[in-house]
Amino acid sequence: MPHNHVSKAKGFQRWLVAAVTGGALLAGAAQAQAKPPECIAPAKPGGGYDLTCRLAANGLQEAKLIDEPMMVSYMPGGIGAVAYNHVTGVRDDDPNLIVAASTGAALNLALGKFGIEHKVDDVRWVGALGVDYGAVVVREDAPWSNLDELMKALKKDPTSVVIGAGGTVGSQDWMKAALMAKSDDVDPRKLRYVSFEGGGEALAALLGEHIQVFTGDLAELKPQLDSGEIRILAALSEERMGGPYADIPTAKEQGYDVEWPIWRGYYMGPNVSDEDYHAWADRLKALSETESFAKLREGRGLFPMAKFGEDFHQYVKDQVADFQQLAKEVGLTQ
Amino acid sequence: MFDFLIQGFGVALTPLNLGLAFLGALLGTLFGALPGIGPINGIAILMPLAYTLGLPAESALILLAGIYTGSEYGGRMSSILLNVPGDAGAVMTTLDGHPLAKKGLAGPALGLSAVSSFIGASVAILGLTLFAPLLAIVAVKFGPAEFFALMIFAFASMSAMMGKDPLKTLIGAVLGVLISTVGVDSGTGVLRFTFDMPELYDGIDFVVMIIGLFAVSEILLMLEHAFRHDQDGEMAPIGRVMVKMSEVLYCKWAILRSSVIGFVIGVLPGTGASVASAVAYTTEKRISDHDNSFGTGNMRGLAAPEAANNASAAGSFVPMLTLGIPGSGTTAILLGALMLYNINPGPMMFREQPMVVGGLIASLYIGNVMLLLLNLPLAGVFARVLQVPRWLLVPSVAILAFVGVYQLHSDLMAIYLMLAIGVFGYLLRKFGFSLAPVVLGFVLGGLMEENLRRALSISGGDVGILFQSNLSIGLWIAAALVVLVPMFAGKLKAKFLPAAKPS
Repeated sequence: MPHNHVSKAKGFQRWLVAAVTGGALLAGAAQAQAKPPECIAPAKPGGGYDLTCRLAANGLQEAKLIDEPMMVSYMPGGIGAVAYNHVTGVRDDDPNLIVAASTGAALNLALGKFGIEHKVDDVRWVGALGVDYGAVVVREDAPWSNLDELMKALKKDPTSVVIGAGGTVGSQDWMKAALMAKSDDVDPRKLRYVSFEGGGEALAALLGEHIQVFTGDLAELKPQLDSGEIRILAALSEERMGGPYADIPTAKEQGYDVEWPIWRGYYMGPNVSDEDYHAWADRLKALSETESFAKLREGRGLFPMAKFGEDFHQYVKDQVADFQQLAKEVGLTQ
Repeated sequence: MFDFLIQGFGVALTPLNLGLAFLGALLGTLFGALPGIGPINGIAILMPLAYTLGLPAESALILLAGIYTGSEYGGRMSSILLNVPGDAGAVMTTLDGHPLAKKGLAGPALGLSAVSSFIGASVAILGLTLFAPLLAIVAVKFGPAEFFALMIFAFASMSAMMGKDPLKTLIGAVLGVLISTVGVDSGTGVLRFTFDMPELYDGIDFVVMIIGLFAVSEILLMLEHAFRHDQDGEMAPIGRVMVKMSEVLYCKWAILRSSVIGFVIGVLPGTGASVASAVAYTTEKRISDHDNSFGTGNMRGLAAPEAANNASAAGSFVPMLTLGIPGSGTTAILLGALMLYNINPGPMMFREQPMVVGGLIASLYIGNVMLLLLNLPLAGVFARVLQVPRWLLVPSVAILAFVGVYQLHSDLMAIYLMLAIGVFGYLLRKFGFSLAPVVLGFVLGGLMEENLRRALSISGGDVGILFQSNLSIGLWIAAALVVLVPMFAGKLKAKFLPAAKPS
């Protein structure tokens, strides 16, 4: 194994641990704990990535899957590109480091926003712990009672409806709107799209009647859904979600073939050993199966998703390839 | 109707929660006082701790809210003592606070600002209790067009600061606006002035800007003085340490006006303490600066921004608790903290979680009294910090700030950027520019551009949208008045009062 800069002390520690416990498997898990585990949120504190890190940190600690509390550190910059650079270049073999990521990161990779030299295979995608789905939202007094009516209005005149969300043109919030438009042969470039600083501001603009349609995330809208202030015309999920969302039809069942899952997961450096990579994948998998985690995940507004290790790596890889295709179709790239 | 508040006091007055409110107030004051660690980092640091300790939701929120309100108190300290703003809301506090300290009035300045912070927060918490649901409805009516008009009003009010050298104020503000354009364009996602450096994609961080501009440039100035062997300590010896009642009374209207301004701006989603204190300061200068002494150590110029930034902190809880929409960057983090507890703040929270909402509001009342009791006696103690030689004090604070910034970025680039901005700030000061207009241009410019672009995307390019609602028309008129009235007032005064004594 090319662990050239593992110090002698650490090597001795490993040997000792292995000798004392005798169980090679257990030792594997304990070795990775030589340094406290760390999760980098590639953003400022308080955002979605911060919560993704805390989901792992709190969950792993409650389930006692880590010995020491997981440190959460922040590395804002370049919508995640700074952290991607850092992990591919500097801490490329750190066995104790995971980095929070989401569908947005896959989209940015597909669009080359992390720098053209960075590819999806430059890191090791280790697992996802939950997923939310896009949603098409209007005020409760909106003139459209279902997705079809809204789409007909858009088809007639794409500029007649003001759509807003918490991201720039080319972001995943925009992609949701663009894919909806494209599914009915409306040119996404003709949409009247307004970008806000985060979903919260976009939601405020919807409630204040400044925009008419908000392409947000399903579970994040639960409070406003409960109070009856908004109507969700469509969930961009494969099939209907249960519980409080059981009455919300998918876009697909209304005849518009659009899905937009927003997964929350993690990646590791490219030169992390197979052993450590699998230890983390197994750890995340074990976490996802505990009961206490289900509660945490729900509180964070996420639906279950279970993809770990090579499975997840392939999933992200396929998604990036899909996004590259989609970006061409909606006119983002040539 | 106020059942939730009575219930809330029951929650907040338990020994654990009282203790946490005190701890939050103390830590918050500390985080606020240290430049580079503001309420956002403070909460980010303590959030995992609250969770690990297994605190119930209302207790965690009480602790974190205490840090938020406490840091709005604490931010004033290094502003007054060192001319380095402790956090975003305390930039305007430097303008009159530091000159007061130079006159040997650091103690009274700290005391007065503690009292105005207390009154500002009290007014806002009362407003939050009485009008929260109503205000929330008005707040969302404030759309991109109205925000743009508000920013125009804020820039127009800045003309009040043009005092000695209008051209330099204007240039400073424009430089600030220019710096705010660095980063991913918020509308189209196009990269602007990033020179292929991913570190610049998100724009220049406010903390990096403030520490560089104020703290680093201060050190460079001191270095220069040291090389020339001249005295840079033009500090008068510390005089009395307590603020006088007459001084508080002198500022009473300034404090009340600024409290209301701060609260209203705090309620609006997307604007925080920095905008609130800027608008309060410039408005107050317009209203009560008769002898043109704002900026040279006027007590009102100190009281106004301090009342406003505390009021805006309490105000930003309104949209958070009633709509589930953050009213400021810090409440955005608090929202995240609540989500870890399976609580989704939103329209139903007053009904579904009266314990949490009531406990939080009650703890704001309690915390505010604690903060006053904590900060008044501390004023004397902290004023003595000035006895530490400046060549030791400022670099030590700067080092702490560097550590804080690095902790938040895990990236040396942020430090280099801060140093570069420091050199820029040093040059500006050497050429006689005031730093506040640069910072205001930076904060307001970004908001102004974003909202103009949003308004125009909504209307499809029709400029008419900017003058459509009564709210925005009102703001445009106010902006025009702010610029025009003093011009004419000056002429009228000259005409009718030719014998007015020169000030």
